[in-house]
Amino acid sequence: MADIIKTATRDAYGKALVELGDKYSNIRVLDADLAAATKTGMFKKAHPDKFYDCGIAESNMMGIAAGLSTAGFVVFASSFAMFAAGRAFEQVRNTICYPHLNVKIGATHAGISVGEDGASHQCCEDIALMRSIPNMTIINPADDIEAHAAVFAAYEMNGPCYMRFGRLAVPRLFDENYKFEIGKGVYLKEGTDVTIIATGLLVGPALEAAEALNNEGISAAVINMATIKPIDRDIIVDAANKTGCIVTAEEHNIIGGLGSAVAEVVCETKPVPVVRLGVNDEFGKSGPALELLDIFGLNAKGVIEKAKAAISLK
Amino acid sequence: MDIKLKKELMTVATNIRKSIIVGTYNAKSGHPGGSLSISDLLAYLYFVEMNVDAKNPKCEDRDRLVLSKGHAAPALYGVLAEKGFFPKEDIATLRKSDSYLQGHPNMTSVPGVDMSTGSLGQGISAACGMALGSKINGDKFRVYTILGDGELQEGQVWEAAMFAAAKKLDTLVAVVDNNNLQIDGTVEEVNSPYPIDEKFAAFGWNVINIDGHDFDEIEAAFEKARQTKGKPTAIIAKTVKGKGVSFMENQVGWHGTAPKGEEYEQAIKELDEFLANI
Repeated sequence: MADIIKTATRDAYGKALVELGDKYSNIRVLDADLAAATKTGMFKKAHPDKFYDCGIAESNMMGIAAGLSTAGFVVFASSFAMFAAGRAFEQVRNTICYPHLNVKIGATHAGISVGEDGASHQCCEDIALMRSIPNMTIINPADDIEAHAAVFAAYEMNGPCYMRFGRLAVPRLFDENYKFEIGKGVYLKEGTDVTIIATGLLVGPALEAAEALNNEGISAAVINMATIKPIDRDIIVDAANKTGCIVTAEEHNIIGGLGSAVAEVVCETKPVPVVRLGVNDEFGKSGPALELLDIFGLNAKGVIEKAKAAISLK
Repeated sequence: MDIKLKKELMTVATNIRKSIIVGTYNAKSGHPGGSLSISDLLAYLYFVEMNVDAKNPKCEDRDRLVLSKGHAAPALYGVLAEKGFFPKEDIATLRKSDSYLQGHPNMTSVPGVDMSTGSLGQGISAACGMALGSKINGDKFRVYTILGDGELQEGQVWEAAMFAAAKKLDTLVAVVDNNNLQIDGTVEEVNSPYPIDEKFAAFGWNVINIDGHDFDEIEAAFEKARQTKGKPTAIIAKTVKGKGVSFMENQVGWHGTAPKGEEYEQAIKELDEFLANI
């Protein structure tokens, strides 16, 4: 296991944008003075004539993206999750989603794993915000392979899409043959006692947790839920039927994110215990990313505890 | 301006004003004051200035108009109906639950509406994005946006103003409907945006001050905007809120109130009299 490849999903975003720029003439990329950090700088270097820096003005950037999209372009607007979904929330709602425009939002630096910058920049509310807007599609990829595929899928679909990327380098989970489809959850492991539905950075720890649980004689299934909206209802119902309890795991507030989305489906279809692992409705803080993930319990140990709690509720 | 054209525009503008009264009266809600103040500007834009085709409302090369002050939708719907984008009789369905004529402009339901607006400060950004698209395609079309003077209190307007000048969006014209009134009072009382012209000039715009009800001045301003290269143009149009309906003129209370019974009849009577004297 010494050769595990670790890449931040934001790097895959930048790389995929460059390839889209090579392939299609109608792509345009916007940033708000964070091109080096969001990795759109890679695109800027490769396709300087297709890149526009809007400066530190995210609200205006979303409007520019909307207007530009009406002139026949597929526009990727990029910033940190905090500013893309937070500061520019209403512009995304009213000027992009309400008219169903073909704008893709590349939101990097999501979640606690931003690290040392601290709470002001650690957005754990973006999924909740974006999920509540009609017409919005939300993708939260788990590794660089999935992130790369998600960017291409976002280009190919028509309408608004919010892509959530991380700052932290994360282990590669999938190989080049991985097929990504918007709206489809995927079983990474079958099991009979509990299903762990994880998204983004928590998919790796979910797999680790399943292995550890297996060693204790607990059979845990793992689902990777990259698309938060539209949520894959079928796979959630299937999991509820098969294992009778569910754990959700995400690097996001437990309010309004994957956990909420799964619980909503379970309540309305096949009520079984759902236990949510996430940020417990509190702000983050400064520190190295990996340390913070441990402090907030967003690791395999956290998943294992929640899995046992879910089983005990059956 | 040629007198025949001027009379034609006066007729169009008065018909727009009538449709504002008819629409808001039937809806029992809406924003007549700030709609009446931009009726002359819209008449000129859609009947002289802009390249649009009611039979092909989504034509790629068409000029665009973004009504950043989206609450003036009754005026926009009025001019679009006059231009033939949809039947005039539909104006009476404004704001009704089975109508496509939403309270604020919706580009997905109303033919001829180029951007969904209503939340102030956002339309000008979308107009900048369109103008950028026009520039990429070799100045293919021109983009017009109309803002309220109260709307200038939104910070996003100035983000967009900075962007438009920085990217040299010279196919963009922003018209400020300077009727001096907003919901809570005069713009000075609430939070003064003055001097509006100097602010846009400081942001690097070509600035023109006009009387927003004088067709000669309106014509000269848009012609000058067309000749200006390398920077966007802001036309600061001094207007009268409620223009054309005597009891609504310069009255803050008519920002978001619909005329009832006798008020409706009085307004229509005044506008019909004006029409008869053109």
